[in-house]
Order: sequence, then C-alpha cells, then structure tokens
Amino acid sequence: MTPKLVAKDVCLEYRQPRTGDRLLALDRINLSVDEGEFVSIVGPSGCGKTTFLSVVDGLLPATSGEIIVDGMSVNKPGPDRAVVFQDASLLPWRTVLTNVCYGLECIGVRASEAQDRAMKFVKMVGLEGFENSYPYELSGGMQQRVNLARALVMDPKVLLMDEPFAALDAQTREYMQEELLRIWEQANKTVLFITHQIDEAIFLSDRVIVFSARPGRVREHVKVDIERPRSLNLKRDPRFHTLEDRIWSLIHDDAFV
Amino acid sequence: MSSRSITDIYQHNERAVIGAGAFAAFLVLWEGFSRGWWAMLFEPLLGESARALAIKPIFISSPTGVAQQAWTMFAVTGEIWPHIAQSGAQLIVGLGAAILIGVPLGLAAGRYRTFSYILDPFLSALNATPQVAFLPLFVMWIGTGFWMRVLIIFLLAVIPITMNALAAVRTVDPRLLKVASSFGASELHTFRTVIAPSALPFILSGMRLAVGRSMIGIIVAELYGSATGIGIMINMAGDSDKVFVGVLVIVIAGLLMSEALRAIERRYDGWRPVIGDNT
Repeated sequence: MTPKLVAKDVCLEYRQPRTGDRLLALDRINLSVDEGEFVSIVGPSGCGKTTFLSVVDGLLPATSGEIIVDGMSVNKPGPDRAVVFQDASLLPWRTVLTNVCYGLECIGVRASEAQDRAMKFVKMVGLEGFENSYPYELSGGMQQRVNLARALVMDPKVLLMDEPFAALDAQTREYMQEELLRIWEQANKTVLFITHQIDEAIFLSDRVIVFSARPGRVREHVKVDIERPRSLNLKRDPRFHTLEDRIWSLIHDDAFV
Repeated sequence: MSSRSITDIYQHNERAVIGAGAFAAFLVLWEGFSRGWWAMLFEPLLGESARALAIKPIFISSPTGVAQQAWTMFAVTGEIWPHIAQSGAQLIVGLGAAILIGVPLGLAAGRYRTFSYILDPFLSALNATPQVAFLPLFVMWIGTGFWMRVLIIFLLAVIPITMNALAAVRTVDPRLLKVASSFGASELHTFRTVIAPSALPFILSGMRLAVGRSMIGIIVAELYGSATGIGIMINMAGDSDKVFVGVLVIVIAGLLMSEALRAIERRYDGWRPVIGDNT
C-alpha cells in the first residue's frame, strides 16, 4: 500500500531576523502516514511540531526535502490537505454555516452547493441548530467543532490538526477527544495530529511519533496496539499507562538533559 | 397594548427624549438671551448688571430669527439653492474622489510593505502641513474655479481616509490571514473575505473624520474668488441670521452623511457583539 502522506528528509532552516543567525528548526524529518491512519506527533514545546505541520500544509517552504501527498510532491497549500487550527480562527463576521463554507468558496464552489455540502458536516460535528450563530455566541468547544467541520468539508486526503484542543478546559478536551474519534470513524480520514499532551496522542492514535527538542528530529515511532472503538475508560487501562510512561520518558530525557 | 404607562414610553425612547429635551432647552436659552427674558428674570436679583444677559439679536441672532430667515431663503426667494448646489457638487466630487483613491491606496500600503515605503513619506509630510497652505499654489496652477475647490476638499479628506485604511490592514488578525492562505484563497478573495470586513470600522471612522475636514475645505476654498456656495454665502452674509442658516445647512449635511456611514456600519458590521451599552 502506498502511504497517503510522506515526509522525506525535510529540513527547515530559519534566519533569525534580529541576530542574523541561522537556526535549524527541523532536521531530516522522515515519516509516513498510511491511508485511514491516525498519527500523532508529540514532543517538548519548541520542538518544531507546529512548524512541521506548516511545512506539510505548504505555508512554509522546506529548506530541503520533500512532502509527498498521495504520490504527488507538494510545496504550496492545496485542497488535498486541510488544517484544523490551534485557535479556532473563525471569521468573526460569518455565521457557523458560512464559516464552514469558506474553503469551498476559495476553490470556487458555487455558494448554494457549498452550503448544502457544509450543512452535512455541521450536522456531523453536532452543531445542527447553530448554523446561523456567530462565533462569539459559541463556547470554545463549539468553535473547535466549526473549525473541524471547515476542514472536513474540503474532503482532504490528509487532515492536519494543530493542537486543536490545547485551549480548551480539561473536561471539554476529554469530551472533544471522544467526539473526534466518533467523527473520524464516520469520515474515514487520514489524520496527522499535533499535540503536546501524551494521553491525548495515545488515546486518539494508531501511532505516536515522538519528536526531540530543537532541532526537531524524529526520535521514535510508538505503535498504539489498542483495539477500537475506544472510550475514555481506556485512559485507566494498564496498557495505556505503559505507553504513557514510555513516551513520557522519551520526552523527559530530551527536555531535561 | 394601549395601557402602556408614560414611564414605559419614556424608557423605550430614553435616548430620543433626553436628546430632544436638551436641544429644546438650548433653543429656549438662546431665544431668551436675544429677547432679554433672562435679563428681566434676574433683574430683581442682580439689579443693573442683569442687563448683560440681554444680547442684541444682531450678534447672536435667535432661533426664531434663524427659522424665519431660513424660510425666506429656502421657500420665498429660493436664493440658497444655487449655493447648496454649488457646494454640494464640490463636496461630492472632492470627497468621492478621496474615498475612491484613498481607500485602495491605504489598503494596498497596509498589505504590501514595499508600497508603504513609497507612500509613507508623502503621507506623513502631507499630514504634517496645514493643507490649506497650498491654496495660493492651487490658485496659481488651476485658477479659482470649481476644480481648485474640489482639489482642496480632496486633499483635506484623502489624508485621514488613507491613513485609517492603512492602519486598518495592519490590525487584521494574522491567524485569519493564515486560514485564508491555507485554504488557497486568492489575493482578491483574501481582500474581500478577510481584510475588508475587519478593516471596515477603521475605514468608516476615517471617512467620518474626512466629512468634518471637507466641510472646513468648503468654507476656506470658497474664500478664493467664488461667487456662489455655502461658504461664500456665510462669509458675505453680513447678518447673523444668514450666517446661522448657512451653518445650519452644513450641520444638517454633516449629520446626514454621518447617518449614511452609520447605516453602512449597521449593514456590514452587525455581527459585532454590543460593547459599551452601560447607561
């Protein structure tokens, strides 16, 4: 099986505007995500996880290396990838429905057709009845649902998620994790998920990729051999704790050495 | 319901009632000075010095005097209409050109750094000079006709419009711009869907400033060799009733334009949660 997403020797070098120094943010990242697979990247803060996601999305050009989506090399944003952003980043002057339509509009889908397609995903993320609400009228969790629907409606080959639950309170976050799995199973998507929360990564993923601290490198791939569907009870399972300990020690070594 | 009490009616129209009441009180106060009511009222208390409270109508006119003069000028002789037509045409062309040129210029300078490097020195220099100082130059260049006056109005109005549009783009949330580029939005689509809506309130407040400044432009520009126009009418009036009629026309025009801008804001900016509603 050919993987849906491949990163080949991706390096990213910054030039610090203030000092003029060159700074290596990503160092030869190699990874691949199979069709329908849910893969998370965890790592200490500042390890370049989000930067890597921007490279995959095509917003930042890699200094060297290649991103391949479905066999095609990509270097700018395209409808084959869609991002769920860290802050919901909804257009505040648009309603839920028209926010979800945004990406379709950008690729020239007619308004009436876009709205029909959007409505399906508004329902899928559980926001039926709120389609005419404005973002400021919604809770943080609901805004993230809109953010998710806005990406899903594009029917991307790869869904890129950038710490989407980081700003939510602990309870809402757990609830959204469970919701995300439900939606993921329904939508049948290939997902690359960035997070700094180890339990979130294990709970959601088939595989967890651990990044090392600056410069970002792939340190280890950890397979999560736990059957699906999963419920939040899993977080009290001994197998879960074993994985958690293992990943935590990988990150810990790195962050404090 | 017909049984609504007076307090209910008051509470529903508080803003209008208080506003109209204050304005009515101001008119009575003004009329009183010109007719000597306050002098008579306070004479028992203040004696001779109360006479200072009676002011000759020739200096301050009076609401009834202004109303009478307005009636004459609008309905009887109709002499004011050519003045309004002349000044109105200058205002529409000058302010309209300032909006049509200033908004795109400011938006472009806000979005494209290199362009702002070109525009910035001119804008700053122009802003620092009192633009009416250019008047003698304009007269030398294009004479004292219609277009000279349009030019001065344009120059006064274009500065706040451009500066506000420029600043407006710089306040656009960078996260929303990132969303637009991530979804592959074209430059034009980004302007339409992200930059314009978030810049709108700043652009409108720039226009509001421009309305006030172009009124100054009308008065000043018409001092140079103009025969008709509200500005020259005020300057040549020689009687305070007429001056106030001219001022009244300008006030009403200003209010109408502010109201039009507010209507635009309501139409396109209605999504915003209400702020500052504490009474």
